[in-house]
Amino acid sequence: MRRAVAAAAVLLLAASACSRGEAPRLTVFAAASLSRALRDDARTRYSFAGSQQLAAQVQAGAPADVIITADTTTMAALGPLVDRPVAVAENSLAIAVRPGNPKVVRGLADLAQAGLTLVLADPTVPAGRYAKQALDRAGVVVHPASLELDVESAVQKVALGQADAAVVYATDIVPGDPSLQGVAIPAAQNVAVLYQAATVRTTKHPKQAAAFLASLPARLRAVGFTAP
Amino acid sequence: MRRLAVGVPAAAAAALVTVPLVGLLARAPWRALPDIVTRPAVLEALWLSLGCSLAALVVCLALGVPLAWVLARSRLPGLAVVRAVVLLPMVLPPVVGGVALLFAFGRGGVVPLPFTLPFTTAGAVTAEAFVALPFLVLAVEAGLRQLDRRYEDAAAALGAGPWARFRHVTLPLLGPSLAAGAAVCWARALGEFGATITFAGSLPGRTRTLPLAVYTTLQTDRDGAIALSLVLLALSVVVMAGLRGRWTR
Repeated sequence: MRRAVAAAAVLLLAASACSRGEAPRLTVFAAASLSRALRDDARTRYSFAGSQQLAAQVQAGAPADVIITADTTTMAALGPLVDRPVAVAENSLAIAVRPGNPKVVRGLADLAQAGLTLVLADPTVPAGRYAKQALDRAGVVVHPASLELDVESAVQKVALGQADAAVVYATDIVPGDPSLQGVAIPAAQNVAVLYQAATVRTTKHPKQAAAFLASLPARLRAVGFTAP
Repeated sequence: MRRLAVGVPAAAAAALVTVPLVGLLARAPWRALPDIVTRPAVLEALWLSLGCSLAALVVCLALGVPLAWVLARSRLPGLAVVRAVVLLPMVLPPVVGGVALLFAFGRGGVVPLPFTLPFTTAGAVTAEAFVALPFLVLAVEAGLRQLDRRYEDAAAALGAGPWARFRHVTLPLLGPSLAAGAAVCWARALGEFGATITFAGSLPGRTRTLPLAVYTTLQTDRDGAIALSLVLLALSVVVMAGLRGRWTR
């Protein structure tokens, strides 16, 4: 009995410590492609996944304060669940290849070559839809080995050496990364990727969420994203 | 008071499992169900799942029964370690299994293979077998240990060779354990997600099995995802019904 009381006291203390802090910690659902750009800190913790997956979670009542999607379609589908979305960054597509580019990929057309293992993000997530648009624009028909659940899984398949190439976001390719290398996609075939962020209506911290939204464009610009 | 102390958590435990399943049934688009489950994409995932899980079961039977035999009968040193390692996938997060499979059998892996496993149906089968094997080994080994060896000794005394003893004495006695092990093994293979997505990727018709299809579909088509989940639930119920008297009373 005494032990139970002690345990309850500890729980209470922990709970009050959470609620007492001056600045509440925001929960931000962010598109998988932002996972290297945004890091957990004292005021924010992130949950990264495919934009569609995050939107489905918000629809199911997940306790997010802010959601950032890698497109406008997914955000629009959230409708009244979020406040008016704001554009926070732009991005474009690039091809991720193995270090040294052993398959000599120079553009989207080379992704159709036989013997090249290509992975894409599934068309249900923004990165997969963008990749499909770019490939269509270039008139290239590919046979991907896998349609990954989010763009980061596609990046990892190349970084782990299991795939030769993946169509990813330009920001997924970090200069000097020993595990993968980027090949640019010309503007005529590329697509404009727009990230939108919005406060989730059910948030208990609207002020902090608004401040976070306001700080986002500058933070993302600092890590290689284009200003909207 | 004491009755409450047991009854309340017991009811909570039953509710923990029952309520989500009831929720799934309550949200099910019953009227559209026949239409959804006969969509080509769904049937493709269904046949792929059945094919992969049955192939994984065959692999597990072919390799797992001999292993269970060795574990139950042999006195080789170090078998306890082998058993612990073989049973590890039961508690290991499947995604860790997938990563391990990549480093073993993937491109540039520790084991150079003359063929490709990642992103192939064979890779999906490998991932499923990796995760499901311990369930079969555990059941068959337990069956072998419970088996009264005097029957085999009697058969040997009557002149039956090792194969005849196994075929006509051991196997029939082992039947129930083997069937139960095979059922759980198959069900586990059918539900495999983490190791498959990590090792074999997700391509419709090749490696996107039902659980992967549920996950992908959930993002765009909730009714479709629920319908697919119901198919998996129905198959699981069939397995549990088949295990009646073994794990259920």
